[in-house]
Amino acid sequence: MNEVAGLQAVPQAIEYIRILPEIVLSIFGMVIMVLDPLLDERRSQRLLGAIALTGSLAAIGATLYQSQYPGLGFWNMVQVDPFSVFFHFLVTTVTAVVILTSYEYMQTQQIRAGEYYGLILFGAVGMCLMSSAVELVLIFIALEISSISTYILAGFRRRAAISSEASVKYFLLGSFATAFFLYGVALMFGATGSTNIAVIREKLSAGPIPLLAYTGVAFMFVGLGFKVAAAPFHIWTPDVYEGAPAPVVGFMSTAPKAAVFAVLLRIIFEARVPDVSWLIWIAAALSMTLGNIGALVQENIKRLLAYSSIAHAGYLLMAYAALPNNGIPAAMFYTASYAAMNVGAFAVVSHFAGAGERYVNLHDYEGLGQRSPVLAAALTVFLLSLIGIPITGGFFAKFYVFSAAVQNNLMGLVIIGVLNSAIGAYYYLRIIVAMYMREAREEIAVSPVSLGLGAALAVSLIITLYLGVLPGQVLKYASQSATSLVR
Amino acid sequence: MEVHSGIEPMIHLTLFLLFGGICVAGAVNLLAQRHPINSALSLVVVMGSLAGEYLLLGAEFVAAIQVIIYAGAIMVLFVFVIMLLNAGEEERTGGSRVALLFGVPGMLIGTVLMAWVLLERSGTQAVSMGALPGPPKTIGWLLFHDFLLPFEVTSVLVLIAIMGAVVLASHPESVQQRNKER
Repeated sequence: MNEVAGLQAVPQAIEYIRILPEIVLSIFGMVIMVLDPLLDERRSQRLLGAIALTGSLAAIGATLYQSQYPGLGFWNMVQVDPFSVFFHFLVTTVTAVVILTSYEYMQTQQIRAGEYYGLILFGAVGMCLMSSAVELVLIFIALEISSISTYILAGFRRRAAISSEASVKYFLLGSFATAFFLYGVALMFGATGSTNIAVIREKLSAGPIPLLAYTGVAFMFVGLGFKVAAAPFHIWTPDVYEGAPAPVVGFMSTAPKAAVFAVLLRIIFEARVPDVSWLIWIAAALSMTLGNIGALVQENIKRLLAYSSIAHAGYLLMAYAALPNNGIPAAMFYTASYAAMNVGAFAVVSHFAGAGERYVNLHDYEGLGQRSPVLAAALTVFLLSLIGIPITGGFFAKFYVFSAAVQNNLMGLVIIGVLNSAIGAYYYLRIIVAMYMREAREEIAVSPVSLGLGAALAVSLIITLYLGVLPGQVLKYASQSATSLVR
Repeated sequence: MEVHSGIEPMIHLTLFLLFGGICVAGAVNLLAQRHPINSALSLVVVMGSLAGEYLLLGAEFVAAIQVIIYAGAIMVLFVFVIMLLNAGEEERTGGSRVALLFGVPGMLIGTVLMAWVLLERSGTQAVSMGALPGPPKTIGWLLFHDFLLPFEVTSVLVLIAIMGAVVLASHPESVQQRNKER
């Protein structure tokens, strides 16, 4: 026992700084919960939204402040390094943008605001913790927080049966996947005698790698692969994305995924687990192919974007099969630019869907170019970025991932990736063609863009274009984080 | 656990395999049974044999907790939910007759054996709480020191689970109705 060896009995002040964004988010989440029943139902929507937005902005501030105090905290549980700061920043920014998007969505769909904003903030707590945790037990609990909040958020359109279906499906399959992850953690503990990533690395690099460690990593990969919607664990994605509220889809297709990718980076590269690149190779190739081919035949735009997110998980996994020095920055850059363009695309979809999410089919988008030039133009930029056209973030994201794969001689994977990008261009362009080159079949009134949605679109557009025009700064930061991770 | 007098590891291994076998058999039976109550009772077997395994590994506190919380509290909840959801007609099957035939003598033999051990053999080499390598003190230290952050973060997990229950159980029309009432 280590009472004697224990240097300090209580955490020091600096250790609280290392979980400051999480503390800030939790406090704002609790304030929302307490205020919700006290307020008038009609006015509460706006006020609670404003509090949630303030909370996420405060968390961004806390992240910036925290970045000056790198190091371990709470007895080697969390680690603040450039890597964790990057993902904290990503998750909190996505949270802020999604809250801005939800602002008017809540009004049109008449959703209870208190729990909604509370769950988004608490979910962000889990996602932030996932990116800074260096202990598999904490990673598991954080993963559960982020997953459970998204299960519930998926079922928020209470009047739509399809939403409840999405929630239940996601919950059942998701808990099954989490059990896989937990089993993997247990096996890893059996193989190394620890759940701490630093200790695991020491143990694995010291002697021959036990077979249990391979099994453990494989199980963990199954669990995490489900969460990022990588094939062959992707079956849930289209149904859940179709049923869940559109802003929530924007949230859950980016922030939790980014956090899971961060966990995957830590497990694969920081813990130096045995080589499972062939496993990732298969998952990446399958995700790209199945995602893109599935998307070709979709008429519902949310399902289409769901298949597209499977394909993008495939492109991203490509970076994990590459070497750490190129793979880590490429994966981080991809996560960031994918978050920007996908949140933006879903912001447009959620505005255009209207009350009860009636207009979510491809033919509803016909003639949108004339009726709402601003929305159509914004969606076009996001779609072009999803294809990977230059001067958008998507181009450099794909470029770095492909070049990282080339440097590791993964030519087969690169060829599959390039072919898939060509297939992908087809269905994204279909939407653009529908918006600009087709006449509207029926007159669908597009409500004017509200201030919140405008701000959300502006932020997503600026980040998408910034990453496409000046990627150097972000890439440099990502490379620095990579060195702190690999050491 | 430190004794290595030849037969001790053998008994240990035998018990380990025995409990493990019971556990797997219980889990298979849990899936094979058609009636939910039978499945729930198989789960008790799984939980109980797991507690035995924990005890063999020297984690006697975890074993006690396993029995009290999982085999006790959580199973009672399960059975209550099953009762409330489908309170079907109770039926007598061949199984219940077999249970009566073997269960009562088995229980009597068990009670007598336990009483005999406690009365006649107590004092000799009795294991007291805390003598094994997994005492509550260590667990408390781990929980409130090394693993303090995960422990605290679990409260957020429980909180969102409660919020989720509130959201999903509330009536979907309540927002509109309350808006109309005002």
